[in-house]
Amino acid sequence: MALAATTLTERRAPHQALDRLGLLVALVALAGLLTPFAAFRANRIVPGTAIALWAALPGWETVLTGAVLVGAAALAVVRLSPAARLLVGFAALLVLAIAIGDAARFLTPAGDHLSRTSPGTGFWLLALAFSLLLSDAVARLGLTPLGRLSILAAVVGTVALILESGLWGDLSVLREYANRADSFWREGAAHVGLALGSLAAATLIGVPLGIVCHRVAAVRATLLNLLNGIQTIPSIALFGLLIAPLAWIAAVVPGAAALGISGIGTAPAMLALILYALLPVVANTVAGLAGVPEATEEAARGMGMTDMQRLLQVEFPLALPVILTGIRIVLVQNIGLATVAALIGGGGFGVFVFQGVGQTAMDLVLLGAIPTVAMAFAAAIVLDALVELATPGGRA
Amino acid sequence: MIEIEHLSKSFGNDRAVDDVSLRIGEGEIVAIVGTSGSGKTTLLRMINRLIEPDSGRVLIDGQDTRQRPAYSLRREIGYVIQGHGLFPHRTVGQNIATVPALLGWNKAKMGARVDELLTLFGLDPATYRERLPSALSGGQQQRVGVARALAASPKVLLMDEPFGALDPIIRAKAQTDLRAIQRRLKTTIVLVTHDMNEAILLGDRIAVMDQGRLLQYARPDEIVVRPATPFVGELLGSGERPFRLLSFRPVRDFLDEGEAAGEPIADTMTLRDALEEALWSGRDAVPVADADGRIIGRVTLRTAIAQAARPK
Repeated sequence: MALAATTLTERRAPHQALDRLGLLVALVALAGLLTPFAAFRANRIVPGTAIALWAALPGWETVLTGAVLVGAAALAVVRLSPAARLLVGFAALLVLAIAIGDAARFLTPAGDHLSRTSPGTGFWLLALAFSLLLSDAVARLGLTPLGRLSILAAVVGTVALILESGLWGDLSVLREYANRADSFWREGAAHVGLALGSLAAATLIGVPLGIVCHRVAAVRATLLNLLNGIQTIPSIALFGLLIAPLAWIAAVVPGAAALGISGIGTAPAMLALILYALLPVVANTVAGLAGVPEATEEAARGMGMTDMQRLLQVEFPLALPVILTGIRIVLVQNIGLATVAALIGGGGFGVFVFQGVGQTAMDLVLLGAIPTVAMAFAAAIVLDALVELATPGGRA
Repeated sequence: MIEIEHLSKSFGNDRAVDDVSLRIGEGEIVAIVGTSGSGKTTLLRMINRLIEPDSGRVLIDGQDTRQRPAYSLRREIGYVIQGHGLFPHRTVGQNIATVPALLGWNKAKMGARVDELLTLFGLDPATYRERLPSALSGGQQQRVGVARALAASPKVLLMDEPFGALDPIIRAKAQTDLRAIQRRLKTTIVLVTHDMNEAILLGDRIAVMDQGRLLQYARPDEIVVRPATPFVGELLGSGERPFRLLSFRPVRDFLDEGEAAGEPIADTMTLRDALEEALWSGRDAVPVADADGRIIGRVTLRTAIAQAARPK
């Protein structure tokens, strides 16, 4: 806060105009300050009571938190350097994180294990506003891929520290976590296994298929249409459709069951995710190879490269950024889709989502949904950085 | 020596190259000229088998090019295309070392060759070796493209509109440089162009093609004086005929003994240069000096004008 105040005095100049995105941030933050900050429920399934910010925290902390958030919203409107905006956004989010943890502790009666305190509309609006400020600042900084990865690491590290400190221990989602710590990590591993396993398999199958499509025009139309068709099947339907044939294979083919193939469980989930992943991988491989300049191709042949040398030394490196973009789509898509795998016994964070829906316990749904969204978000940032690193001469 | 014997190639019903035969001597520059669709590029690409002929054959130093795998043949023939075709993900040094790397040269030898070529093409190795092609100007990219084609010291260099993407001033410089480098390396060059001026400037001999057929294959002065068909005449244009003719005549062949005043011109120049100098300075004759600056004679306006007339 001290930092925010000095920044303001240093930067204030009479001619400074207002920042438009900052105005939006401030309006959303203002709405957040005026709407309920937290929700309190006597137990995990009854409807909750909305609690305003000034009622959710001890008096002095309300004043302090309110002052920082109002100050940060005001600073967002002023035109500051991107680095200063980054610090303001980060500081506001940190204060918000501390406030919601303290609110949960303040609102929960001592020794009460049944009641639940969860973030309210106001908290989410404030979080949205300052996340917007933060991501806008990162974009304006124009960081190198490694710089963006460091910011991601800093955010992940901060969240991990907060979780480790027990600051959020009284929040409803973490209460659900405390009851299920073992299965949380087991399902998390299953989720990552499904998403990364299907990605690896789809890459191993899809990239060679893309190369064949690039070189044989007849295969291209047929295969891409087929994969397009698969993409249009709703995910739940595809998961369901695979149960019967896989159960049949498990029953008929000797040794298949021993390999883990069965009608329900990981096998159909994995297969469905691979099928969904193939279109982006194959289509982007084809697009990447087609994007290699004709003069470059001709030069490679004219220099005396064999077909394989041309593929490995020229076409593939030049197509790599586009292929990686396809892999990025697949990874983000499969981290989300893997949630549905829980329906057919494939495990993953979807287990909590569907249990939560079944018990009308929103906190349990969030326990499954939040890590899924966070993983997808982080995967997108990491893969974007890789795409940029693979592009010759930096940004293409 | 390259011997092209009865080469033909059709694409569908279109006869792109129709029974063309040519002999290209060692160390010569041959320019293949024609409009687009004349089959000139197809003919060039059949020499390094980027296109396989339907019939006929190509011999290089007496050996049929089909006796070995195409990729191995191409490593011994330099190839330069319009728009250079540099590999955008590789540095200038790596681009130039493409063929040496394919041939399995060791690192030290490749590095030395890259530096040697960069220096030959007027690019400082320390500055340019590690740059990506996108960080070069158009003219520099073109030079790197030629350097890459020459990296493994091929005896034959094929060039397809190599200067097509350059602006006129840089193009003129690139053409002069190519001529100088060719004189030094004695590489046999087959160059495809649609520009008759470029063909006349660079070619020891010119092959004019139209609709897949070879219309005329002759020295530039002969093409200017005696175009084989009206089409060849059209390609030349009639505007500069006398001046073109003079530009094939070195002054040292037309010296006489008389006196002439004023600045001398060098004996390496042509009658065209002498005529221009005489007209511009208002003199009837200009003295000619050799490389040491010694006056060896003069060229008169009358001689130049007489030589500009169409030969009988």
